[in-house]
Amino acid sequence: MIEVAASPVLHSGSVADNCLVRNDWVCPLYLTTRSEQVLAALQEHVTILLITLVVSVLLSLPLAVLAHRAAWVKAFVLGTSTVIYTIPSLAMFSLLLPITGFGPSTVVVALVLYSLTVLVRGLVSGLDAVPRDAVDAATGMGYSRGRLLREVELPLAVPTAFAGLRIAAVSTVALTTIGYLFDSGGLGNLINQGLTSNFRAEVLTATVLAVVLAVLVDVLLVLLRRVLTPWRRGVAA
Amino acid sequence: MSEIFDYLADPASWSGSGGLLNRTVEHVGLSALALLVATVVALPVGLWLGHVGRGGVVALNVGGVGRAVPTFALLVIFVLLPQPLGANTQSFVLALALFTIPPLLTNTWTGIREADRAAVDAGRGLGMSGWQLLWRVELPIARPLVLSGLRLAAVQVVATTTVLGLVGGGALGRVINVGFTRQDQAVVVVGAVFVAVLALATELGLGALERRASRPRSGRSGAGVPRGAESAPTRH
Repeated sequence: MIEVAASPVLHSGSVADNCLVRNDWVCPLYLTTRSEQVLAALQEHVTILLITLVVSVLLSLPLAVLAHRAAWVKAFVLGTSTVIYTIPSLAMFSLLLPITGFGPSTVVVALVLYSLTVLVRGLVSGLDAVPRDAVDAATGMGYSRGRLLREVELPLAVPTAFAGLRIAAVSTVALTTIGYLFDSGGLGNLINQGLTSNFRAEVLTATVLAVVLAVLVDVLLVLLRRVLTPWRRGVAA
Repeated sequence: MSEIFDYLADPASWSGSGGLLNRTVEHVGLSALALLVATVVALPVGLWLGHVGRGGVVALNVGGVGRAVPTFALLVIFVLLPQPLGANTQSFVLALALFTIPPLLTNTWTGIREADRAAVDAGRGLGMSGWQLLWRVELPIARPLVLSGLRLAAVQVVATTTVLGLVGGGALGRVINVGFTRQDQAVVVVGAVFVAVLALATELGLGALERRASRPRSGRSGAGVPRGAESAPTRH
């Protein structure tokens, strides 16, 4: 290992010595000087996450209810979801590219497909696990099938469904980073820029932001689940 | 569609260091190597922590951490780190192995922990030592979960290896990346199909092996196998 001698102080007047110049991994100056660019990337990332989650939750509900009620739908949905879930994300994005083209749509469609597999599985196992007694009691009280679903089955399936939702959300945040290749924007753009220009602070900042975003969304979903299941207060996670 | 067949029909697409054949071999090799490194680390640690009943917080949450850190981001960080890391094979294998450890660790730990306590107590009552308990009681009971952890890890590492192509590494992701730089979607799609087929083959092949290995032998029941306890897979 050759140790590079500390550079002489000769140039201290001409070149500012700061973390950007030193190419440090941790550099607050990066954030303050490029906050606009970072915020824009973060906003794109969050937008992709929100669209993915909303679309996949809306699609997963009817799919899961159908799968819960008809065995052949269940077999089909679970079989397809295993295949979808096995295909690596870079391959999935690439396979969709000729159909959905460059831009966020390719990434969103692929991420919705992935999220659906987790959400439907979670919802179906939640619905399947609803105690027979609860269903019988509601039926005995004259609940219609729709009311039974809305007021008994779906609420009782919430905890299991949320386990799936949390996995889907956290995975979506991470997978969105390679979307840069498909011009979807997001924090992956910064990471890729940092790679091509050997800019460490840019890479680390974007990475940390992605992880923080994932953790934040996870915490928010846990809180939301608590709000939706007040009868479970005091029950451990 | 026809461009795809043209590309596949061209012998040049298959031969040479950047050809489909060599990229596939690289993909399988790097994935296998990373899986091996991860197994050598995660299996003993998971077995031991499960046996002594410690480290549950780590073993059960490591999967969530692995999910939250983007593969691409970690690979880029490894590439920008100084020697002996950087853009080289050992650095890539190490990064891939790190992502492969969580499913192995979680499943091994859970399998050992959830081994039928009555069976463990019976073994202890027979005067078995800690090692004997681990090898002759806990591990056989945990085997289905350990095997499904290996399958999850293998499928996952095949996916992670693809991302190497975006950070200057080889394997099939490189084919996809070359397609992007050449602005040739046929190449992108062919690379993607190869990756998808490799991942599906890994899932199906190891799934079949797993079912064969987990089939209860005569005179034994599958009792004590915790259902649904395996770690949730992570997408990369």
